[in-house]
Amino acid sequence: MTHPLLQIENLHVTFSTRRGLVEAVRGVSLSLSPGEMLGLVGESGSGKSVTGFAVTRLLDKAGRIADGRIVYKGQDITRASAADFRNLHGAAMAMIFQNPRAALNPIRAVGQQIADAILAHKRISRQEAQDAALKLLRAVQIRDPERRINAYPHELSGGMCQRIMIAIAISCNPSLLIADEPTTGLDVTTQKVVMDLLAGIAAERGMATILITHDLGLAARYCSRVVVMEQGRLVEEAAPLTLFHAPQHPYTKRLVAASPTATSRVADLVPDGEVLPPLEVRELPVAAPGSPPLLDVQRVAKRFDDGTIAVRDFSMTMAAGESVGLVGESGSGKSTTSRMICRLIDPSEGDILFDGYSIGQIPARDFHRSPSRKDIQIVFQDPNDSLNPRFTAFDCIAHPLIRLSGMRSGDALRRRVEECAHRVGLPKALLSRFPHQLSGGQKARVGIARAIACRPRLLVLDEPTAALDVSVQAVVLQLLDRLRREDNLAFLFVSHDLNVVRMMCDRTIVLRAGGIVEQGESRALFANPRTDYTRELVDAVPHIGAPPLLVPA
Amino acid sequence: MSSLDAPSTFRHTIWVLRGNLVTAIAAAGALVLVLVALFGPALVPYDPVASDVPQALQAPSALHWAGTDQLGRDVFSRLVVAARLDLAIAISAVGISFVIGAVIGSLCGYAGGRLDRAVGRFVDVVMAFPLFVLAMAMVAALGNRVENIVIATAIINLPFYIRFARAEVNIRRNLGWVEAARACGDSHVSVVLRFLLPNVLPAMAVQVSLNLGWAILNAAGLSFIGLGVKPPTPEWGIMVAEGARFISTGRWWLVAFPGFALMLAVLCFNLLGDGLRDILDPRMRT
Repeated sequence: MTHPLLQIENLHVTFSTRRGLVEAVRGVSLSLSPGEMLGLVGESGSGKSVTGFAVTRLLDKAGRIADGRIVYKGQDITRASAADFRNLHGAAMAMIFQNPRAALNPIRAVGQQIADAILAHKRISRQEAQDAALKLLRAVQIRDPERRINAYPHELSGGMCQRIMIAIAISCNPSLLIADEPTTGLDVTTQKVVMDLLAGIAAERGMATILITHDLGLAARYCSRVVVMEQGRLVEEAAPLTLFHAPQHPYTKRLVAASPTATSRVADLVPDGEVLPPLEVRELPVAAPGSPPLLDVQRVAKRFDDGTIAVRDFSMTMAAGESVGLVGESGSGKSTTSRMICRLIDPSEGDILFDGYSIGQIPARDFHRSPSRKDIQIVFQDPNDSLNPRFTAFDCIAHPLIRLSGMRSGDALRRRVEECAHRVGLPKALLSRFPHQLSGGQKARVGIARAIACRPRLLVLDEPTAALDVSVQAVVLQLLDRLRREDNLAFLFVSHDLNVVRMMCDRTIVLRAGGIVEQGESRALFANPRTDYTRELVDAVPHIGAPPLLVPA
Repeated sequence: MSSLDAPSTFRHTIWVLRGNLVTAIAAAGALVLVLVALFGPALVPYDPVASDVPQALQAPSALHWAGTDQLGRDVFSRLVVAARLDLAIAISAVGISFVIGAVIGSLCGYAGGRLDRAVGRFVDVVMAFPLFVLAMAMVAALGNRVENIVIATAIINLPFYIRFARAEVNIRRNLGWVEAARACGDSHVSVVLRFLLPNVLPAMAVQVSLNLGWAILNAAGLSFIGLGVKPPTPEWGIMVAEGARFISTGRWWLVAFPGFALMLAVLCFNLLGDGLRDILDPRMRT
């Protein structure tokens, strides 16, 4: 057996907080061979990032390695001094972070930043470092590197910035790379390109990599071994295929079930789901033949004041109770479209008919007085910033009831808010809390309760689960699906996650650069994409169960 | 209450103060100042305006803690009585600019466009003047009265509040809860006044505290050069101005004590501002 490159033995990391010591990592042991790609998977708060930070000693001041050993190339670095680490960083181990734009210095050209990293470890002239930087830009496949070397981070896309980060990380040929959520926040196609590049470079240079991610599919696709962490403990370690087809630990089982795949159904996500109030399916009003569709968007376009065209010639119809997905990469105009339909912004051209009445002509400024306001509601992407920090959960849910249903504060309002909270599975005791006292999943529930409080007929969902952990996402998706069936709600589901859209939506519309590329019945569309663009999107989604692309020797 | 609940405001305040000695001292100092301003005039040992010429220009003693001035008035009594006037001027001036500035600034930050540009240029013009000279000009033009000091101080403070509120609202205007308020049936104006404004107030409270010290100095400065409050009214700036004539003959207490009072007031409010930010930020509580 070869000597492990990195060995972590019984690692404990504690943070001192106001409430005393918090154990973020509780006894993690793992080893990494040279050139191996290891996936470290877990949800937020599982301690996966802290483990990575402990190895590179980038823990913040409150954090401390309380127990255990970290051995790198046979040398115990657990108590190594800051000076020792200056030599280790870059040359021996490097790290790349989640938000590349925030990790780069905004006022220095990217070429200089790569050169800085080289100069920190090698005694060469700045010109030589600059030449080396150019070579690295080629290595990370930046097009037109001679010109891009002088670009500033804000001039580059997110994917490009992450490639620069990779260039900096590999500039001194480290033997260990720790990638902390390297592609979270990137589009699925960009994610694929960046991960392919990273895996290629790692294999080519024999660099061992720890891929820290919340995405099981991503870990499955690129890693030869995956470890799963929960609440600071390592719960399972196996090859990806074994892990996903025969998970042993209950937590892994739940996690695997909650991750949407190409074939999963909403009901499968949480096998032993929480106890929700029994489904009360009401008589569905059958639309009279010849009656207008619920929503009829006619050739809508949006041009912003600065001349950019966000959406062009967009038309769609929706029947009551139907759910339609709107997918596309960032900048495809899906958010703009959803906000026009929600009448938060005005279309520049075209009309929007709701229930046969034109609502596109009412200025967004005055739409809050329209009777249709309560029929069209929206759930926002990030539960963390979709609730007013100074409102309690109760106030948030009561707000539309007071404004749109004309309810006054009192017992009736309280009962109604509690009923809404009950429907979304939010315990009554949490209603008096402020948003920062709630978890992400609880905040998402409050956001949904607020949107359904006035019994709307069309709900626009703008990436409602993008910021949630998979297990929380699974519960929220189930909740949304049942609410839709209970109230015969129509869903306009905006998302970049194709697996989620496939599960949730009857029909899907693919957007690119503000125009419709393709639309059709969801399952058929994803099974047999007619356009190259859709095929590219579908192929880029990392799936659990697919064999890893690269298994380094 | 479960352990997840945040501590109450009072307990949180105590926690911040315990971890931050400077803030605690500044808060205590500011509290003493306010108490002196409220109750001091009723408790002082001497009438602050009654002259007693035989006792003129006495050094500090057990009888006259801070000595007496050229008319034999007790300097300590005058200092205490002046605290009320100086604080009242500063607080009302800062209060006016805070309220007006917050409303105008948040409307600009939310609406953007033409209104924002027009107000922005107006603010630039005001800030292009040396602010103290501008205040002098306004008091000179409007007349030598306390109200006019308040108005002048409020106007020269206004640009800071407009800019501050504008910037704070601007970064929040595209957040989900602002759009949610629109979807829940609020008009633009109501979103600004009922949602955005309450959220930027804590950050602005810090600015208020920093500004209070500066406003006290501004009012005293105006009186020092003979604008605004007129003798024999006790006021720190006037006391320094009158005492300055006697400093060459060694009567240091006439200048030192009002100067020290001014310094203390400014210092307390400035240091308190830093601590307030920690107290008011809800994220610091978890």
